[in-house]
Amino acid sequence: MNYRIGIDVGGTNTDAVILDDQFHLLAKQKSHTSQDIEAGIRNSLHQVLEESQIDRDQITHVMLGTTQCTNAIVERKRLSTVGVIRLAYPATMSVVPYTAWPEDLKEVLSGQYKVIHGGYEFNGEVLSEINESEIRDLLHSWKGKIDTVAVIGVFSSLKDDQEKQVETIVHQELGEQIPVSLSCEIGSLGLIERENATILNSALFGVIKTTAQGFEHALIAEGIHHAQIYLCQNDGTLMSLSFARKFPIFTIACGPTNSIRGASYLSKLQNAVVLDVGGTTSDIGVINKGFPRQSSTAVEIGGIRTNFRMPDIISIGLGGGSIIRKTDKGYTIGPDSVGYQITEKAKVFGGNTLTTTDIAVRLGKAEVGNQQFIADLPIEDAEQIYKQVGSTVAAAIDRMKNSAEEIQVILVGGGSIVVPSKIDGVSKIIRDENGDVANAIGACISQVSGQYEKIYIYDEIQREDAMQDAKYHAVNQAIKAGAQKESIQTVDVEEVPLAYYPGNANRIRIKVVGDLS
Amino acid sequence: MRFINEQAIQDIATGASLLGAGGGGDPYIGKLMALSAVEKYGPVQLLDVTEVPDDALTIASSMMGAPSVFVEKFPRGDEYEQLFAKLRCFLGQDIFATYPIEAGGINSMIPIAVAARLGLPMVDCDSMGRAFPELQMSTFSIYGIEATPLAITDEKGNVGILDTISNSWTEKIARAMTVQMGATSSMCIFPIKGRDLKKTCVKKIVTYSENIGKTIRELSKKKGVTIQTLLDVTGGHHILSGKVTDVSRITKGGFNYGKTIIEGIDDDKNKQAEILFQNENIALKRNGEVVATAPDLICLVDFETLTPMTNEGLKYGKRVHIIGLPCDPQWRTQKGIELVGPRYFGYDLDYVPIEKLCKKGAHE
Amino acid sequence: MRYLNKQSIEDIALGASLLGAGGGGDPYIGKVTALSAVEQNGPVKLLDVNELPDDSLMISSSMMGAPSVQVEKFLNGNEYDRLMDKLARYLGEKFYATFPIEAGGINSIIPIAAASRLGIPMVDCDSMGRAFPELQMSTFSIYGIKATPLAITDEKGNIGIIDTIDNNWTEKIARAITDKMGAAASVCSFPIRGRDLKKSSVRNIVTYSENIGKTIREQSKKKSITVQALLDVTGGYHMFSGKITDVSRTTRSGFNYGKTVIDGIDEGKNQRAEILFQNENIVLKRNGKVVETAPDLICLVDLETLTPMTNEGLKYGKRVHILGLPCDPKWRTPKGIELVGPRYFGYDIDYVELEKLMEEKNKRSF
Repeated sequence: MNYRIGIDVGGTNTDAVILDDQFHLLAKQKSHTSQDIEAGIRNSLHQVLEESQIDRDQITHVMLGTTQCTNAIVERKRLSTVGVIRLAYPATMSVVPYTAWPEDLKEVLSGQYKVIHGGYEFNGEVLSEINESEIRDLLHSWKGKIDTVAVIGVFSSLKDDQEKQVETIVHQELGEQIPVSLSCEIGSLGLIERENATILNSALFGVIKTTAQGFEHALIAEGIHHAQIYLCQNDGTLMSLSFARKFPIFTIACGPTNSIRGASYLSKLQNAVVLDVGGTTSDIGVINKGFPRQSSTAVEIGGIRTNFRMPDIISIGLGGGSIIRKTDKGYTIGPDSVGYQITEKAKVFGGNTLTTTDIAVRLGKAEVGNQQFIADLPIEDAEQIYKQVGSTVAAAIDRMKNSAEEIQVILVGGGSIVVPSKIDGVSKIIRDENGDVANAIGACISQVSGQYEKIYIYDEIQREDAMQDAKYHAVNQAIKAGAQKESIQTVDVEEVPLAYYPGNANRIRIKVVGDLS
Repeated sequence: MRFINEQAIQDIATGASLLGAGGGGDPYIGKLMALSAVEKYGPVQLLDVTEVPDDALTIASSMMGAPSVFVEKFPRGDEYEQLFAKLRCFLGQDIFATYPIEAGGINSMIPIAVAARLGLPMVDCDSMGRAFPELQMSTFSIYGIEATPLAITDEKGNVGILDTISNSWTEKIARAMTVQMGATSSMCIFPIKGRDLKKTCVKKIVTYSENIGKTIRELSKKKGVTIQTLLDVTGGHHILSGKVTDVSRITKGGFNYGKTIIEGIDDDKNKQAEILFQNENIALKRNGEVVATAPDLICLVDFETLTPMTNEGLKYGKRVHIIGLPCDPQWRTQKGIELVGPRYFGYDLDYVPIEKLCKKGAHE
Repeated sequence: MRYLNKQSIEDIALGASLLGAGGGGDPYIGKVTALSAVEQNGPVKLLDVNELPDDSLMISSSMMGAPSVQVEKFLNGNEYDRLMDKLARYLGEKFYATFPIEAGGINSIIPIAAASRLGIPMVDCDSMGRAFPELQMSTFSIYGIKATPLAITDEKGNIGIIDTIDNNWTEKIARAITDKMGAAASVCSFPIRGRDLKKSSVRNIVTYSENIGKTIREQSKKKSITVQALLDVTGGYHMFSGKITDVSRTTRSGFNYGKTVIDGIDEGKNQRAEILFQNENIVLKRNGKVVETAPDLICLVDLETLTPMTNEGLKYGKRVHILGLPCDPKWRTPKGIELVGPRYFGYDIDYVELEKLMEEKNKRSF
């Protein structure tokens, strides 16, 4: 028998599950996320291994899903400073990098950017040649001011030569150790959205480094030496650890996808709303025929528009660790949270920060910590806050519903104790006993994908050849991410002709999925 | 006269994506351009057409080309300064104000950015009352007003001035230049005197667009989102609510023909709608019967949020409302129908105003 | 200053077809247009470049597009009136004179017709000293002189003015407009001051062309025609004589590549020449060895009549002389070779001056 382990590191809890090769749940464990990540993982891992008593040499795969990156952006913490190089001049000056970004996040990333000569036309011709001395001068002026670099070129997904040249120059000028994100590897047409994603990718290099190291150390410490290590991506598929180190942005919002897929798997419900309550945020998604409903409009993360492939999810700043404050007008809930420090800072654990978990305990809806520590909060105030939590959740669910009818809600996630059992517009709340580890289960059942998108001009390349080319790149991407070549299948083909363009130009996007190698 | 602030820009952009009638491109980048310009140069004065002096010269500011290229390679920003300067010199007259050529899609936003940057007012009108794919499809064409002298440029600094014999020729030549310029270009087009603008434009369309956007914004915040308010604001008709079950496209004779199939849900269960589109939606059938055609507007909005949808972003499974909006009355003239009626787009259908078609449907 | 009469026009047209170096189109339709214009409006004044005031503004008159379309759908006649009128309005200044953009092919004659209609002089110069396929291939480009503001029109009345960042962009955009206008358009390009024209043009090329034409005309009347007189007047070389045995064309990444194979006759028997051409002849090989390349002129003339041949009219069995003519020295600068040397046309060959190649050959022969 072979086994796989799924681990989900949230802002608050670290969950671990062991599944056999038939995807039967053998053991699950939950513990608090530690500041160094590693201890929390080690803790859950150790306990789940103890519980299942399986042979550690028979563990073939370990999957890690982490919201570390999402949380870092939402909370603006632990982010690296970024120097943004846009290769586009003279085009695109009308909307410069960081336009429409929240001011505080821009400041955290240092806000350094420059639009310089470079870029391609949609047909692969050069828009502007890059100017080496311009780049070197720029980098020189950034010395010591930035941790990472993001390079974004107009139509770089069509031709990546310029971005790669710039990467080389960055390493020459600032040293090999400076991480660089290239937008051509982040993908998708739409400069602003791709640029935003590339900047965030760079900002996350520090976070992913800590996460990956912690994970590796934990596995070694637990005697797991033969397993392949994967990280979960936001489309419900996996990538190898080395790949993830270069593309932390792809882990963004993997939690929601995992929890939706995990919840659907557990509840056997094909159509429902999934409410995943974490420590800091709650995510609401819709299961449509067993798969997350995909968003067709631009997705925002931490107030930033991106072009990620991800399920249609709304995120609200409500979780088990959300901080409650009293104002003249009543109480406010979140959006900030004590996060992994809940066992130190929440009142029921002897701290002095009032959190949503304290309210649930005060009202007897949950039994954690010490109820005595919260006894001083008037019961009517607790009820008022509890009601407020309920109406916040109801409003959010209402936005996601397919129709006005009441709908079933699958409630999962470590913070789910803070959610009232009666919510407007909801016919039934299903709490699976394993719902608290839906994330980790979702991580375990994932596959590996690859995606490629490009504009092809059919007058210059035959349609079939264009399709082949796109598929070739998508398959390569999947293999790079850790897929087994023979198992790769095309799951999605998008072919859209360029509107208002008289030539025969089409945007092709191909997505392939394969099993783990 | 009033000023357009940031909220107004957001609302106009949302309204414009509805008036795109499935085309016109996502106004997002245009909106960022407008917002950046207004932030830097201050708010834009919006003039009613009646406030434009008869002898004053106004000109439309727009982009031409593929929106999917525009989202990747957008303007430098000072293109229109160049264009205005060249055209002023060629025409020998100062330009009093700018206006949008079309109220749908990206081009609703460009003149705001231009007006802010050049410190000119923008006029509350357009020449389509929606979006159309070709530049001769303008109410001005009905009155024989020429699109040229026109000025066109790219972000690199190549500039062209065209002076043609007809608006169809302008379309043809400007489109070819746009292709060379990398599939998008910036242009100033339809220089027109105040007195002619008053006679031939679609009036108050910017305000109309803003009201639509505001309505959608307010509705999306409410609990029980109903589409009725949107219909009230637009004088539109609800055709069907359903989910997209198929989007297919074929290319025939250089044109892209598309078809969207939508299966009814809830009250519209067992009904089916079929939308024929090129860039914009051109004809709409319900249960096989034609219920709307261009120039009336066939629009899709998100079922939950009422966010308007463009055809490029349509996906299987998407839940939508289909609504039909009456076009500007100028399009319902013989010349108007010739320019933008279903036959121009290659469909062998007579144009019948949507009010009549929907009334007929209601009697059945 | 002198006047161009009908005979001059005939001779210039004939000379221009040699200077087309296989391309440039048959000047016939241009010649007819010029002749009728001169008949209607009187002869055209030809000015030497030295006679131009330094501050005067000149502009070239030419056609763009496919010669095979031009012979079918030729000018309305008023094109250059309209072009110069609009361009003068755009520039805020009137034109003093016009000139040919190229001495080869149809464009050698167009300015004569334009000058005659407009009643302005033509200048005895061009910007190539031959024919080339693209607009930026002009000696003016060597000096950084721009082709724009340029005006372009069709016979229907559509007019465009373009003002670009460089001459390559002008070529690209003007070509696209020409295409829409029905594959042939009239163009006024390279507005240029007298002082700049003196510096950057190929001088006396109209007169040179006329002399070539005159020589061919006179030779063709003689009983025993020799190519020597033509070589004397052009400073050219006789490269080869033979019979065309093959003309092939392929399209590769948007370019038309052609090849003409000519097998030697008489004393040249068992020898073979090969000409690589696009529109104009670019490379000449003899027995597999490169003996001449662009920008030097590789020209074919009829073996019997010395009539110059364009590549469009080449047929199997045709008997020809291949002549090599040195190009204008401006083309032999690094910038010139970059613009019109063999590498620009996609051949991996270094440009070596025709005279040097001939010297080497002669050395080897002795």
